[in-house]
Amino acid sequence: MTRHRGRGMAAINYPIGMNLGGDPSQALVHSNPSGKFTVALSSIDLGQGMKSVTRQICAETLGVPVEDVYVDTADSDTGPHCMGSFASRGTHRVGNAVMAAAKEARGVMMEAAAEELEVNASDLETDGRGNIHVKGAPHRSISVKDVAIAAQFRQGKTISGRGIFLVPLSDVDPETGEMSPATCYAHACLVAEVDVDDETGEVGVVRMDSAYELGRALNPRLVEQQLVGGAWMGMSHALYETTEPYYPDPRQGPRDFVEYLMPGPGDICPHDIAVLERPAPDGPFGGKGPGEMCANPVLPAIANAIFNAVGVRIDELPITPEKVLRAIKAQGGARPQTRR
Amino acid sequence: MAKTPLQFRHNGRDVALFVDGGTNLLAVLREMLGDVTPKFGCGQGGCGACTVLIDGDAHLSCLTLAETVEGRAVETLDGIKSGPNLHPLQRAFAEGFAAQCGYCTPGMLMAAKALLDRNPQPSREQVVEAISGNICRCTGYEPIINAVLAAASSSRASA
Repeated sequence: MTRHRGRGMAAINYPIGMNLGGDPSQALVHSNPSGKFTVALSSIDLGQGMKSVTRQICAETLGVPVEDVYVDTADSDTGPHCMGSFASRGTHRVGNAVMAAAKEARGVMMEAAAEELEVNASDLETDGRGNIHVKGAPHRSISVKDVAIAAQFRQGKTISGRGIFLVPLSDVDPETGEMSPATCYAHACLVAEVDVDDETGEVGVVRMDSAYELGRALNPRLVEQQLVGGAWMGMSHALYETTEPYYPDPRQGPRDFVEYLMPGPGDICPHDIAVLERPAPDGPFGGKGPGEMCANPVLPAIANAIFNAVGVRIDELPITPEKVLRAIKAQGGARPQTRR
Repeated sequence: MAKTPLQFRHNGRDVALFVDGGTNLLAVLREMLGDVTPKFGCGQGGCGACTVLIDGDAHLSCLTLAETVEGRAVETLDGIKSGPNLHPLQRAFAEGFAAQCGYCTPGMLMAAKALLDRNPQPSREQVVEAISGNICRCTGYEPIINAVLAAASSSRASA
């Protein structure tokens, strides 16, 4: 028995969002008389951090502290329409919609403040700490809370805004077949190192090194969290998970987590990640979004690493020990490739 | 079916109720006592989301017959913070971004607490071993392992 070490690389290009009849999302922003803001969305946070990121985007656009913004993703029956949390589209599509809504709400807020301070709205600016003042004259100031109260009880205005972001349907050009389904793309490159046991066919991932380019990282800790967890999922799809562990018949499918396999905490490996930020021109503050592409480069990189280690090319997922062993036997033994 | 009287300690409070024979502890906690911190994941003991401590040891409440905890102390995530203060493990999980969707988190925290209660200074391998019965879909485990180690070293610092 020998364990062969191999190294594989993959680079990917990932479109942000999808385009099946156009890709819109809406957002509504309004203030309460307390001077706090609510963002209403139907978009769902599955744990990726969409609530945190849209909260940041709204606060930054309004010019108020992030603590004063609440994001409500309660209900797709009553909330503004969203296509959904998929296709890595949350930060980009929903973030842009929130930004548009917050811009409109900010316009009303500044008009209401101008009326209270008896100045022109274009002479006002926010300090990001909950106050609005005359440019160059910070003492001519009013708090956002007092503006909200005045708008509600004296001026009869709603400090609110509507936002939609739509990437319109991209038709296929009948002459060339060309279309542009996405407006921006994220990129990644990952190198995986594996050990392949030529007696059992078992593959262990020894380490991963990756670089991700995903626009501006609006919340770097959340980006890192996505990338670490997503790489695990990629490793799981590459080597473990399948609904057809034995035969392509649902009756012989996995019944529990003993048969539906995933790598556990003992199967993970060191993973060094570099995040490159090239802000997208049409992204909210330049953000694109990590999303699904966290997992994508891991699969081809591992498949390539296995080829590098033992010379077998497996093109069906997951790459189980059985598939590796059969392929090694079929070629008459392991054939380690040159290390690059 | 005849009901069986059952008394045990739930997060430091004595509770008494009548349960149907065969009821599992998870159902008693969630449906009869309203403590929804232990989660129903697989119902087969395969995922660890329902982990609770019984007399200090980690157990899968979905596979534990309620009658077997008669007279014993059951601790759930609901009981681990002290007043308004989070448990060091909870704080470390929050600060270390060790939760995403959060469904596995209660089980992870209880499995980790069982470990730290008997071994306050575990090695990384011991942490991995302690949470190896708990499945997480989002984090890739690394932040969870790091959070448990951070909680261990923070309690050493405060001790």
